[in-house]
Amino acid sequence: MEKNNKYSIIIPTYNERLNIGLLVYLIFKHLRELDFEVIIVDDGSPDGTQDMVKQLQQLYGEERILLRARPSKLGLGTAYCHGLKHASGDFVIIMDADLSHHPKYLPSFIRKQKETGANIVTGTRYVKSGGVHGWNLMRKLTSRGANVLAQTFLWPGVSDLTGSFRLYKKSVLEDVINSVVSKGYVFQMEMIVRASRKGYHIEEVPITFVDRVYGTSKLGGSEIVEYLKGLIYLLFTT
Amino acid sequence: MKHILKILGLLVAVSAVWIGLLEASIVPSSHAWLLPVYLIVSLGCYGFLMVGVGLMFFPTCPQEAQLLHKDIAEAKEFLKKKGLDVGLD
Repeated sequence: MEKNNKYSIIIPTYNERLNIGLLVYLIFKHLRELDFEVIIVDDGSPDGTQDMVKQLQQLYGEERILLRARPSKLGLGTAYCHGLKHASGDFVIIMDADLSHHPKYLPSFIRKQKETGANIVTGTRYVKSGGVHGWNLMRKLTSRGANVLAQTFLWPGVSDLTGSFRLYKKSVLEDVINSVVSKGYVFQMEMIVRASRKGYHIEEVPITFVDRVYGTSKLGGSEIVEYLKGLIYLLFTT
Repeated sequence: MKHILKILGLLVAVSAVWIGLLEASIVPSSHAWLLPVYLIVSLGCYGFLMVGVGLMFFPTCPQEAQLLHKDIAEAKEFLKKKGLDVGLD
């Protein structure tokens, strides 16, 4: 009989006290019968995110919910590295804590991986039955422009480069993450481009993206400059 | 191979064809000189077209927001019942 895979879900948090509770409930609701663990990497949130996680640990069990906190805000890329060190699964899923990534899509990531044997399954917002809610025209324009630029110059082979809802085979994530140097927004793009260049098998599943319900969106104007710098950087290094 | 080299290679190939056209004078040379301009203009048009089409058919999901609110209410209800503090939206 086929060995049952274990999944480690890594969620970086900063001031997501309410969201993390809701998210964990929804993860358990949608992955009921699977073998999985949730690894929460909290960067010293002052809002009591860690207290909430401790309460969730009592509710769901400390072996299912792991709190791996760091003392201060150290960035997204290193948060995944940190969580990865503590991951015991065969596959690692990364997602955002702000409920823009809905756990109801987790089964489709896992199914897609099983069907295709892919190394990476990435969620895409830009296909049929995927989509975005809560973006104004400017945000859509920026997103489309960024996407066309990247598709024209990088030929990445995936339709959504900056999405951060992904499933990785653990060894693949370990391999790719070590060669990635970008921070913040560009990090996700560099991850998928490098993985694609290394010849890993990447599949896509449609996801919907509902922009932050609670809290404020973290995208600013300087992101565009960062994105363009990242694009040029990837042109020369991958 | 670095990706920039692939793109440069493509550019070199295109230039070679262009120079070939200039030398062989298959098309009138006044036209041939303008070919790179046409190429750049059509690339620009392609870009704008792609952005425009992308915007027109931007997939949106207003129903997902409603479903999410329902899920949030359900999650809050559950956590509250278990004695977790989920006040303060």
